[in-house]
Amino acid sequence: MIFPFVWRVLPGPAVLKVVELLVLLAAIVFVLFTWVFPWIASDILPPPDGTVDVPPSP
Amino acid sequence: MTAHETLPSHRGARADGARRDGARRAPRPRQTVGGALVSLVAELLIIAGVGTGLYVAWTAWWTDVVAVNEQTKLVQDLGQRHTSGTGTEHHGPAPVLDEPPEVTDVFGSMQIPRFGKDYERPIGEGTDREEVLNTIGLGHYQDTAMPGAAGNFAVAGHRVTYGKPLNQIAELQEGDAVVVRVTDAEQEFDTWYVYKVTDSQIVTPDHVETIAPVPNQPGVEPTADDRWLTLTACHPMWSAKERFITHAKLDYWMPASEGTPKELSETPK
Repeated sequence: MIFPFVWRVLPGPAVLKVVELLVLLAAIVFVLFTWVFPWIASDILPPPDGTVDVPPSP
Repeated sequence: MTAHETLPSHRGARADGARRDGARRAPRPRQTVGGALVSLVAELLIIAGVGTGLYVAWTAWWTDVVAVNEQTKLVQDLGQRHTSGTGTEHHGPAPVLDEPPEVTDVFGSMQIPRFGKDYERPIGEGTDREEVLNTIGLGHYQDTAMPGAAGNFAVAGHRVTYGKPLNQIAELQEGDAVVVRVTDAEQEFDTWYVYKVTDSQIVTPDHVETIAPVPNQPGVEPTADDRWLTLTACHPMWSAKERFITHAKLDYWMPASEGTPKELSETPK
């Protein structure tokens, strides 16, 4: 479904398609590492930060 | 007939066959709705699996790469001059820098020989996760004492991810040196503080008395001799369930102009 569709949509001969795929994957990883994962880490799954809880100051 | 003559025609026949096969396949075989759904789900699962794997790689590896790079730069930005020779150990009242007013102000660095010879990390003001712990690394609990002052210089840091400045906290032993250097170029302030580890404890995160001016004795006024340092990190690793706390007491201080603490050139036993 998705993978064959991507393969069909990419222009050029097979060798070119492979190169295009690699560039596409690199772009996806870049977007994930730069924006998506930091957002997940801060808003959805905050990692333990190692502080003892300071009581709210008055 | 020679082989040379037969070859081309043979090839031609094969190509013909292939073309005919292709033609026969031209109307693509109909996929049933169920089959399409199954392959869609399978592909989505593959994507989810790869995505999860990438997320793990990002937390466990990439955040360290970025943060260590950033933290090394922050230490360099302090403009600490290289010091040489072993200076005098001062045990009296120490010079103390005023607490920086802004969260994220970097006012010094920490070296712990037990963590390795190259271990040197910046210390920033405040314990905000995003602004301090994820970037600067070690964060000074606001309103706790500054290094050298009576009271408790309390510092938090990640034990995993984001440069993991306190990754090896559980390896600290009694008597290990924790060397803090506070530098303020504008005020020409540059002082070493050498603390020695006294004890470690594992508590739940609500135990704020661990960073009290006199550790674990909330409400008690620190005497001139109560110059403590406390490190807090996660425990167990990757969990937020408990905290690993290590206390250390000031052994001596030394102006950076006089030399380098001998602990930094020794290898811990």
